[in-house]
Amino acid sequence: MSNDTIRIIVPCGSLGAGVRAEEVRYGVERGAQAIATDAGSTDSGAAYLALGMSKNNRGAVKRDLLILMKAQAEANIPLLIGSCGQAGGDANVDWTKEIVLEVARELGLRPRIAILYCEQDKATLKAKNAAGDVRPLPPLGPLTNDVIDSCDHIVAAMGPEPYIAALQSGADIVLGGRTTDTAVLSCFALMKGAPAGPSWHAAKVAECGAQCTVYPTRGAGVLISIGMDGFEVEPLNADNRCDPHSVSAHMLYENSNPFQLVEPGGVLDVTAAHYASVDDRTVKVTGSVWTKAPYTMKLEGAAAGRYQTIMLIGIQDPDVLARIDEFHDNMLAVLNERVRATIGNAEGNFHISLRLYGWNAVSGVKPEPGTPPPREVGVLFVATAETQAMATQIAKACNPYFFHFPLSLDRELPSYGFAFSPADIERGRVYEFKLNHVVHVADPMELVRTEWVDLRQSEAA
Amino acid sequence: MATIKDVCSHLRSKNAGPFWVTIDFFFRDRDAFAKYSESPKLGPALFERIYGADPSLVKSYPVDSLNMVKISYARTSAQGGEVERDMHAGQQYVRLLDIELD
Repeated sequence: MSNDTIRIIVPCGSLGAGVRAEEVRYGVERGAQAIATDAGSTDSGAAYLALGMSKNNRGAVKRDLLILMKAQAEANIPLLIGSCGQAGGDANVDWTKEIVLEVARELGLRPRIAILYCEQDKATLKAKNAAGDVRPLPPLGPLTNDVIDSCDHIVAAMGPEPYIAALQSGADIVLGGRTTDTAVLSCFALMKGAPAGPSWHAAKVAECGAQCTVYPTRGAGVLISIGMDGFEVEPLNADNRCDPHSVSAHMLYENSNPFQLVEPGGVLDVTAAHYASVDDRTVKVTGSVWTKAPYTMKLEGAAAGRYQTIMLIGIQDPDVLARIDEFHDNMLAVLNERVRATIGNAEGNFHISLRLYGWNAVSGVKPEPGTPPPREVGVLFVATAETQAMATQIAKACNPYFFHFPLSLDRELPSYGFAFSPADIERGRVYEFKLNHVVHVADPMELVRTEWVDLRQSEAA
Repeated sequence: MATIKDVCSHLRSKNAGPFWVTIDFFFRDRDAFAKYSESPKLGPALFERIYGADPSLVKSYPVDSLNMVKISYARTSAQGGEVERDMHAGQQYVRLLDIELD
């Protein structure tokens, strides 16, 4: 590729996953002009947005930042991190910012840091909704104020523009709230004038780091090189390679449509993309097309729901296992009756679920008659109620029946293998995503706030 | 009598965002792809029957270059609800393995 080529290190699939210093060094030696990674996704559930908490532990994120911030300073190339702290809410971003500042102090670095926030306040969103600027995506319907009010935190996924604005204002490090995985990886190339189709497609391929390579467990990251006629991708690890199959197959990953990807301000279409090996470890991709569309940002909103208390037993009794579905149905009926009888009307709208691990817990569907019984099942009891105290009261009411429920009443009361004492475990709340909507904006910065921490200007630490 | 596991070399399922599940059917070879990728047996009715999915929200995308078809459907409840049993939908494909295609 020519000298106009933009090279970007994507050091890992997600910040905290385990960046390798030698891989980053290889990318810098290959002439990389930026380092970019995301730090999250919705995949691990709504709790991280609702609670403003990271999925990764602090030590793992700090370890990766030590490597990346050192490389940023030594090579004097920007470091871009999207969807900070897993969910990209304001609290998730601030958690990451604190670690970045700690690393800067420890390494004696003085970067100029831009922080992009995209958490939305409810009044703004209601006004946008009332103005007809919010559109539902299937399977959800139109947004209501009640749903907005039910959310603990709402973010609007940013496109590349806020990153470009921060870079143009001299940022060494950009820490972004929720951002599309692709936008944080494509922004630098787009700013440099690289063509949009290859820039976005390269970002999509690299979004999970080494996932698009032949051996995803060998190494953590990839190098993307974007030129006027397409892009190339290669692993950062010398011991790995990309081939046309590994790269093209990644477009399938966690994506409902394998040909089109809707992004803020346009749609990436890879229907006509061509994948070819350049050498034994690098793939070149041509034919990616970007079509501009009205600028929308995807909304994500998370809400805390009711509370759960759980209990667990193991059953090896072969007579019970031979009639496990019947046993399950009888026990569930008795437990529901027990709660009504002992707690009465105070229980409110409760729910009990029994999940037979080793039999049908994942689907909840009864196996075909004649299916051989398992050697053992674990029965997970899940009580859901309006308060934690009530969920636990329900579990306690069920406790003797859950642990000693006989297959038939003429038998001696059994004791199943319970794992813990006390038996009930307070699991906390249920967290759910409530939004699957996009919001139209007049300007990509309309719903974004940028703050700066300029350590270049600060007093020496 | 060919089942999905007979004609596919690899089958996988995963969330595509909190409201959708996507299942990737990688066929054993070109012939299997040609014969089964657009089979009515892999139509919306299958996903309605197995997962309770709304058949109008079942989308099928054959990918010719990879001998595979991607079929996506809307979850009956969003990821992580009170009765969630498979947070990432990573085990959902298993119930398709023994489905007969002809």
